[in-house]
Amino acid sequence: MELDPDEIFGDDEDDSQPNLQERESSKEYVVYIVDASPKMFSTTCPGEDQNDQTHFQMAISCISESLKNRIINSSYDEVAICFFNTREKKNLQDINGVFEFSAGEDGLGRPTARLIKEFDQIEESFVKKIGSQYGIVPGSRENSLYNALWVAQALLRKGSAKTADKRMLLFTNEDDPFGTLKGVTKLDMTRTTLQRAKDAQDLGISIELLPLSNPDRHFSMSHFYADMLGLEGDALADFIPSSIERLQDMKDQLRKRMFKKRRYRTYSLSIANGVSIQLSAYALLRPTVPGSITWLDSTSNLPLKTERSLICADTGALIQEAPKQFLPYRNQEIKFSREEISQIKRVSTTQLCLLGFKPLSCLKDYHNLKPSTFLFPTDEEMIGSTKIFIALHRSMLRLRRFAVAYFGSSTHPQLVALIAQDEIISTRGQIEPPGMHMIYLPYCDDIRNTEELHMDVTFTTPRASNEEIQKAVALMKRVDLRDFSVCQFSNPALQKHYAVLQALALEEDEIPEIKDETLPDEEGMARPGIVNAVEEFKLAVYGEKYEEGESNNISEASRKRKAIAGKAAQESANYDWEDLAENGKLKDLTVSELKFYLAAHRLPVTGKKEALISRILTHMKK
Amino acid sequence: MARNKESLVLLLDVGPKMHGVLPQVEKVCAMLLEKKLIYNKFDEVGIVLFGTAETNNELTKEVGGYENVVVLEGIKVVDGDLVDVLDQIPRGTVPGDFLDAIVVGMDMLIKKFGPTNKGKKRLCLITNALSRLRDPYEGTKEDQVSTIAQQMTEQAIKLECVVVRGELSGDADKNVMDENDQLLELFTKKTWAKTLHVESPTSLLGALRTRSIAPVTIFRGDLEVSSGLKIKVWVYKKTSEERFPTLKKYSDKAPATDKFATREIKVDYEYRSIQDPEKVVPPEQRIKGYRYGPEVVPVSSDAWEAVKFKPEKSVKLLGFTDAKNILRQYYMKDVNIFIAEPGKKEAVTAVSALARAMKEMNKVAIVRCVWRQGQAGVAIGVLTPNVSVKENIPDSLYFNLLPFAEDVREFQFPSFKNLPATFQPTEEQQEAADNLVMMLDLAPPAKQENLKPDLTPNPVLERFYHFLNLKAKDPDATVPSLDEALKRIAEPDTELLSQNKSVIDEFQRCFELKENLKKKKSTRSFKEKPSGSDDEKEVIEDHNEGKTLMITDDITAVKVENSDEKPYSALTTNSAAIVEKIGDITPVQDFEAMLSRRDSPDWIAKGIKGLKSKILEFVEDSFAGNNYNKAIECLVALRKGCVLEQEPKQYNDFVQYLCRFCRGHDLNDFCELLGLKGMTLITKSEAVDSDVPDEEARSFLVTKDGKVE
Repeated sequence: MELDPDEIFGDDEDDSQPNLQERESSKEYVVYIVDASPKMFSTTCPGEDQNDQTHFQMAISCISESLKNRIINSSYDEVAICFFNTREKKNLQDINGVFEFSAGEDGLGRPTARLIKEFDQIEESFVKKIGSQYGIVPGSRENSLYNALWVAQALLRKGSAKTADKRMLLFTNEDDPFGTLKGVTKLDMTRTTLQRAKDAQDLGISIELLPLSNPDRHFSMSHFYADMLGLEGDALADFIPSSIERLQDMKDQLRKRMFKKRRYRTYSLSIANGVSIQLSAYALLRPTVPGSITWLDSTSNLPLKTERSLICADTGALIQEAPKQFLPYRNQEIKFSREEISQIKRVSTTQLCLLGFKPLSCLKDYHNLKPSTFLFPTDEEMIGSTKIFIALHRSMLRLRRFAVAYFGSSTHPQLVALIAQDEIISTRGQIEPPGMHMIYLPYCDDIRNTEELHMDVTFTTPRASNEEIQKAVALMKRVDLRDFSVCQFSNPALQKHYAVLQALALEEDEIPEIKDETLPDEEGMARPGIVNAVEEFKLAVYGEKYEEGESNNISEASRKRKAIAGKAAQESANYDWEDLAENGKLKDLTVSELKFYLAAHRLPVTGKKEALISRILTHMKK
Repeated sequence: MARNKESLVLLLDVGPKMHGVLPQVEKVCAMLLEKKLIYNKFDEVGIVLFGTAETNNELTKEVGGYENVVVLEGIKVVDGDLVDVLDQIPRGTVPGDFLDAIVVGMDMLIKKFGPTNKGKKRLCLITNALSRLRDPYEGTKEDQVSTIAQQMTEQAIKLECVVVRGELSGDADKNVMDENDQLLELFTKKTWAKTLHVESPTSLLGALRTRSIAPVTIFRGDLEVSSGLKIKVWVYKKTSEERFPTLKKYSDKAPATDKFATREIKVDYEYRSIQDPEKVVPPEQRIKGYRYGPEVVPVSSDAWEAVKFKPEKSVKLLGFTDAKNILRQYYMKDVNIFIAEPGKKEAVTAVSALARAMKEMNKVAIVRCVWRQGQAGVAIGVLTPNVSVKENIPDSLYFNLLPFAEDVREFQFPSFKNLPATFQPTEEQQEAADNLVMMLDLAPPAKQENLKPDLTPNPVLERFYHFLNLKAKDPDATVPSLDEALKRIAEPDTELLSQNKSVIDEFQRCFELKENLKKKKSTRSFKEKPSGSDDEKEVIEDHNEGKTLMITDDITAVKVENSDEKPYSALTTNSAAIVEKIGDITPVQDFEAMLSRRDSPDWIAKGIKGLKSKILEFVEDSFAGNNYNKAIECLVALRKGCVLEQEPKQYNDFVQYLCRFCRGHDLNDFCELLGLKGMTLITKSEAVDSDVPDEEARSFLVTKDGKVE
């Protein structure tokens, strides 16, 4: 009925009806700035399939992947691509050496299939249409890097920095853009370019450099870019290694819809004696589904809108007002109004009401119904909440206890367990944030005693002997996933979905294969140590007679089925089916007679007589 | 239709010591019947009371004995009258004998169905088992129980006993209690029986499984440990949320007199083109479209079918890992259970060995599951051991679904230890919290765990069924208030609170809570940084908030200015001070800073103007030329700035004015200095806007000099 009345899962909302405000604040405006100087074409580095790739190709493929990810992950972002050190120019300011690439409309825009497709093909036509030439040469006052920054900044003028993150991503392999110049001109150009970069940063635009280097020549930050990015000390030393990682990340990024950090609700937790603290709730874990379906008219591919109407089943009259609901019970129709239903559900007036604490051992593995919700304290409305939360959090961790509370949501009230989670940090950053996880507990009506179904009345339920357990322990030690982390697998179905969508949208000929990471490691399992452990366990439990499949132990049902088929075959032999069919005499037979034929030929025996006859005729190819 | 038909006899102890809990007994039984009326209309139910003054059962007529047992309702298909009977069951006056009641109930089931009936037969006993049982005519009570149990096994009758104990039973004879408990225990060792002890009215309401759901396997097949070892398992649901019964939409259009009206409403969907709302598109003409950026890509279902991800049905083990690697909060869904295929001895042993080894080693198993052929995706989950404590129940494994990488949102939160000291509890406060967590105990050692999910009924469903039944009698009934026993689920136990009053008072005393009256517009806190980018900033922000909040207590005015105005500019002040005018100490730097400020174009004009007046000031106030150098420095900076900002006129006019000024004020030495330093006007080649040709610029000071001489 109400699957998710509380909108706990509601933040996976369809894109078709997005919350405008949220969308505004969570988008990104990005300008990719690509150096197109001849040096980018002449320098190569080993590519993925061992073939050498020019730096230009590398930048292009990287941006292309990034666009393909972006269109799925956060399609409301807007992008633009600028080449600099080009022969031709194309930009609003009409300055030299900068070429703004666009498909259709100019300026910043949401990535489209067309943009990606045309961008993928840019390399072929690049030399002819755009051309590559050094923009900064002695004797000329042109400064193509400065121009590129200027054009990018102008593109990013759109929208306010408060509602969007603005970024420039600069791809270049020239670590000393003004190296060919000397004296005052060099100083001057360096200074103006730095100023330009600073201007952009002052406007809230972040500039990121993705330096391309190859094994023989390292990209030196000290010539120019350290100043431009304002890097010093450790940050500078770490920059190059981390930027290589970032470049790789950009290509390998997982296709997943990104969610910006957003709390979906604030709860007050009443502790006792009127002490109540404020908590923010976040959805850290929710199943991701492929985007929503939009229905289209198959003749025109135009979107359709769905209209729902309520029609009285008895009279066919159209019903306008919100109807009451009813349930047939004791030969009556018991009617409920919406108010009554919501009144029934209003069990508690407090949002979260602490009932007490229990040791963690009381929380069983089967006490779970849906994904947990993360709670973090906030002092926004109630000063002192954070302090109380931290104190309780510590006590619960130390005493290994969890809190039981009643979650008095107006639509889906429930008992919940609050378990304290300590912060876990690794070198990669925060793995588990500190806070409490709210786990929705089942009621007795929700728990099924399925184990008891196969209660053995003869009291001879087999139990593993100590030896068998030890063999299982040995096996377990062999097949150990030491560093297993819960979210190490990507969802193959979802990734395939995105891949198919991309192939269809970009009219690619073949659909990229998606690696299913969730399959067991066959190779690893075939290692002799593991195979031995498995065999020993098998021998201990099954003895010598382990056989695969059903062969040694045919189930009751299948034996029965076989017997019937055998009998039917005998009976069936008594009829001349060909002859009966030829002369249309099948209809003179009884249903059970017809079934002899069907059973003998392993055909379905269900349906009306006509269906049986037609099935026989089809089988005989008549 | 009635394939899973169940016949149930309720055996209710109504003896004097039971009177206190009979309201709950009535409720839980009524609920059971109400659910049967909706979900299992063909089930049959009988009601037997014991501990009554009267005696009324067939056995007593046939063979004698079996006193104080009354068959209130014979076994019959459930109907509304049965529910009404439970509104108020007669109270008894004598201690009841539950063994007699079991025999009477069993006799009823046997007489009604004989051995032929294949449906489920169940006895449900609710008693406190506090009164001494009558001694049998021959043999011991244990022998008697064994005989009954054997008979039950033969007749495939199951027995469920709910024993009311603890605070509910009052004072009791310990010996009698123990003897009775042992007898009931004996049943569970001999036949399909289970005993449940309940110690609170709330758990009594949750003790009976009020809805019987035919168990269905999700999967039957192999648990593939490796290619060489496959264990036959069946997978069932272990938890699944029970919801309201499906309500239909009600239509009052049909005349009230129409006896055959369904009163239902059909929901009809129509698809119309957005461009042309008049046009209705038939359902078969629709095609699915998925969003790809701003566009929608049409995909026919056939094409999709051909290329989509199609995993093979299988359950494969990926490996084992330490239990601590799987945090509890990662469980995504309701829970399944893996049971070895019944009857397969080796499979049962294999699952048992795995479960016990996992428990011993504190390990869990990671599995990849495709339950059905044609399932849309794969499920990755964790198997945890469920080692059975009952002899006749096999060991099994729980299955919990785990998230994929796509399902996890990596939001960053500040560390607690990095929060400012105002957020850190003192030792005293920590102790108060420790005491609270320790003392507000729902699972005290000597007693039964309170609010155990397995024994806690859903108050909303309880209330719904209660209301439903009330409405059946009176359509205008109002929603009943919550039963006392159910209130204990939603509200803290007053008894527990009063027991720990001192702890709670101490906790309240230690911590101070204050409502934030100056609650800012929450827009700022909503606008938090995207995941992974700058959590640093957030911490700072939190700090700021903390600080300003503290100030609130003392000087409200300061706080308003400080935090409400411009939270972000306040932040930037920390790194680089914002220059708004040119000072005496570092005029050049101030000027440069003003020029590079780009939040408004006015800063350039302001800067130039400011520096000009500063230069004039220097020159004017100079005593024996002591400020000249400063003035020249500033002038150089001004020149540079004017070239950069393409404001040559500003500089040229000023220098000319300055020279005139010097000459007028007998400061000719300054002009000479300008000549010596080679300060020229800004030329056309430096700034396009300049109207000074190169030659003139160079000659500017020369001519001036000439004039002076």
